Amino acid sequence: MELLRLRREIDFFGQRRIATILSVVLVLASLGSLVTRQLNLGIDFTGGVLLEAGYQADADLAGIRSNLEMAGYADARVQNFGAARDVLIRIPPRQDVDAEGVGEKLLSVLRAGGQQVDLRRVEFVGPQVGQELTERGGLAVLFALLMILLYVMFRFQWKFAVGSVAALAHDVIIILGIFSVFQLPFDLTILAAALAVIGYSLNDTIVVFDRIRENFRRIRTSNAQAVMNTSVNQMLGRTVITSLTTLLVLVALFLFGGEALKGFSSALIIGVVVGTYSSIYVAGNTALALNVSTVDLMPPKKETANDGAVT
Amino acid sequence: MNRYPLWKNLLVLIAVVGGGLIALPNIYGDDPAVLISREDQGELGEMEADSARRALAVAGYEILGARRRGGSLLIRFDSVEDQLSARDLLDEQLGPDYSLALDLVPRTPDWVAALGLRPMSLGLDLRGGVHFLFEVDTDSVVTKRVEGYADDFSRRLREEGIRRTVQPLDGAVRVELRRREDLERSEELLTEIEPDLEYDSGIDGESAWITATLGEARLRELRDNAVSKNITILRNRVNELGVAEPLVQRQGLGRIVVQLPGVQDPALAARILGSTATVEFRITCYEENALEADRLGRAPLGCELQYHTDGRPILLRRAVIADGGQLVDARQGFDENGQPAVHVNLAARGADAMLEATQENLNRPMGVLFIETKRELDERGEFVTREEKTVISDATIRGVFSSRFQITGLNVVEARDLALLLRAGALEAPIFKVEERTVGPSLGQDNINQGMRAILAGLLLVVLFISIYYRVFGMIATLALAANLVLIVALLSLLQASLTLPGIAGIVLTVGMAVDANVLIFERIREELRNGNSPQASIRAGYEKALVTIADANITTLIAAIVLFTFGTGPIKGFAITLSLGILMSMFTAIVGTRAVVNLVYGKRRLSRLAV
Repeated sequence: MELLRLRREIDFFGQRRIATILSVVLVLASLGSLVTRQLNLGIDFTGGVLLEAGYQADADLAGIRSNLEMAGYADARVQNFGAARDVLIRIPPRQDVDAEGVGEKLLSVLRAGGQQVDLRRVEFVGPQVGQELTERGGLAVLFALLMILLYVMFRFQWKFAVGSVAALAHDVIIILGIFSVFQLPFDLTILAAALAVIGYSLNDTIVVFDRIRENFRRIRTSNAQAVMNTSVNQMLGRTVITSLTTLLVLVALFLFGGEALKGFSSALIIGVVVGTYSSIYVAGNTALALNVSTVDLMPPKKETANDGAVT
Repeated sequence: MNRYPLWKNLLVLIAVVGGGLIALPNIYGDDPAVLISREDQGELGEMEADSARRALAVAGYEILGARRRGGSLLIRFDSVEDQLSARDLLDEQLGPDYSLALDLVPRTPDWVAALGLRPMSLGLDLRGGVHFLFEVDTDSVVTKRVEGYADDFSRRLREEGIRRTVQPLDGAVRVELRRREDLERSEELLTEIEPDLEYDSGIDGESAWITATLGEARLRELRDNAVSKNITILRNRVNELGVAEPLVQRQGLGRIVVQLPGVQDPALAARILGSTATVEFRITCYEENALEADRLGRAPLGCELQYHTDGRPILLRRAVIADGGQLVDARQGFDENGQPAVHVNLAARGADAMLEATQENLNRPMGVLFIETKRELDERGEFVTREEKTVISDATIRGVFSSRFQITGLNVVEARDLALLLRAGALEAPIFKVEERTVGPSLGQDNINQGMRAILAGLLLVVLFISIYYRVFGMIATLALAANLVLIVALLSLLQASLTLPGIAGIVLTVGMAVDANVLIFERIREELRNGNSPQASIRAGYEKALVTIADANITTLIAAIVLFTFGTGPIKGFAITLSLGILMSMFTAIVGTRAVVNLVYGKRRLSRLAV
């Protein structure tokens, strides 16, 4: 069975301008949202207290809110988590040191009505820990990009390295942008997902680059755009199938992995879609914009050839 | 013809069979269990074991099995509810001479266990428990040490009749001398006491000054020591709490991670672990008027004004007879009046001092000072540590004693906690909780179930898809995927790295991405076939040409995973580990593994077409 038996090549790079405009608009919009609306950071980053509890029957959110308010937690955010019986309460970091026992106090407030409440999890993160995590998270992304830049430079050529890193930055910014626009909760697992997307999208980009390199060496034409177009077309089957299988498992994770992995799997789903697009357009276009040519990709000449000595 | 040399086929076979064997313990699951040990670390006798079993049988518990582990007895139960209530029952029946710990015991059959194979360890988010991150207040150690130096210097200079003021500063001591003539002699004296400090001095008119600074290396050593000693103390406390498979580990320079699987009462655990409580025994200044001192707000020379828990002012002598650090044992019990008490046992040095003090002060009151370090915010919003001291008892010394005596003035819970803390030892420096995560057992089980469901569903979808799309080759890739999963589980079991929910997510993602290698190969084979090559040549070319691409793609993903591992903490590390293992294993199963099967199926035949 074959899904993609194309008669003619699709002229991917013919629409360079449209793709470029689309990417630039998306990236700018994401950055704009990140600046104005920021991210809805979870307590992993901001510090604070989070409590998840399960009621026997549907939870009365308004009642819980007013009880918490009376107990002195007016700043608590109460919402359902997954099911109507489960509630998630978040309290921003407070000035009072007494983080000890906040979980127990909250639980006693929840149980005040004599209801059976099953404590599912409590998390307390000190503000200083959150601060560090934010810094380390940012550092991790930058460091990952740098290492990848170096590896691609070593294996391919700097124009490709710039192209692949541009594609990765594009993906990460758009994922963050979507989380910012929709104010989806951004916690540690989402950061992990963003980093996994870097790995995945790169995988895609490298596979396409690999074929481009092969074709440049084989076809020997001055028309770089045509070579790249052919390469992308040749790899199209693989790109689509791999994205599809990955999306299949991510959908499984989204549907069956439980509430805790919903954010993680949705970040990855966005990442795979954006990553697939970017490895075709952003990576290739950047390399084209840098005037990539056959000369850049010739295999390094053998030492013996330079010597001219025949052994 | 496509044939693998024998060694390659054997390699694949050994990897799959060996991996399967190592992964085997994971399919049996665990039983909740209670571990009974004697407090004095002695071996549990047959009689004691029997009485525990009988107590449970009488209460109607269904015991799945009981066996020895070291000198302790391990009793397995059907459910976590049984385990918890049985623990409480045993605690009541056996009394304070026995300690009980909750545990999860793998249901591994004996022959598997005999091979030394163990299942993966599950992270806290999967099995339930508490995770703490403590920060060690190492500054307080430095301050304490500097104050110690200042006291020593002051005393030595006083003995020599040198007029001076000694002031402890931040990481240094400043000595100001009235007369410049004393400078040389003073410097000599100080370097004699503490040769390791860095000294600086100068003359200022008629007077002179010396500063003694703790060097960078010395500071680091002090802080380092404080953290390591705290880790030891925390380990003792965790053992006293009775937790099976606890983890106490250093994180970074000044932090300590404590993970207590199965513990469901984080408040108790946090109170015990973080407690800085200790005691000091001192004779009271019985000849002075405490009320007068309270009114003046000033204590007479050699005395210190403290307050009793009931609010009474009490004057204590500055000299400490003994403190918590000199205790060799402490047990909770009751005194002759039936009041809660802590029975303590002093080490030789403390005992001698106690003997002397009680001989000299018969029929006079001795104060027991309870000291606890608290951290609060000052008015500028910065953390300051403050010692909270209260006199819990000022009982009259009725007789001479040395090593064994009791502390009263506490309620039962306080006595129990204090006994435990004194037994485990005092923390070298105060610690503060900066992170706490508690996962209830029901959520843990949900996470496991949902994770497994996600893996199975993902696997099924992918398997269906590639089997239809690539037919025979797709089915071979399915085998590779299954082998990949088995190998990941085997490696995790071998490394004993704990599997977390993000770890499961990593495995699921690996399933999706592992197929990529096969997709690359199969697409390449199709391409070769389209170019008119023979099936056998196409297989060979497909594998060979795809190899470089697969390697490049996987190495870059591996780089991302390693960066995640390096920068990440807890949950992210778990994800990075399974992702990296998955990538590495998939390189083997998807390339070498599938090729071996493809060769077996197609290698020896002359083919006209391929089912790809």
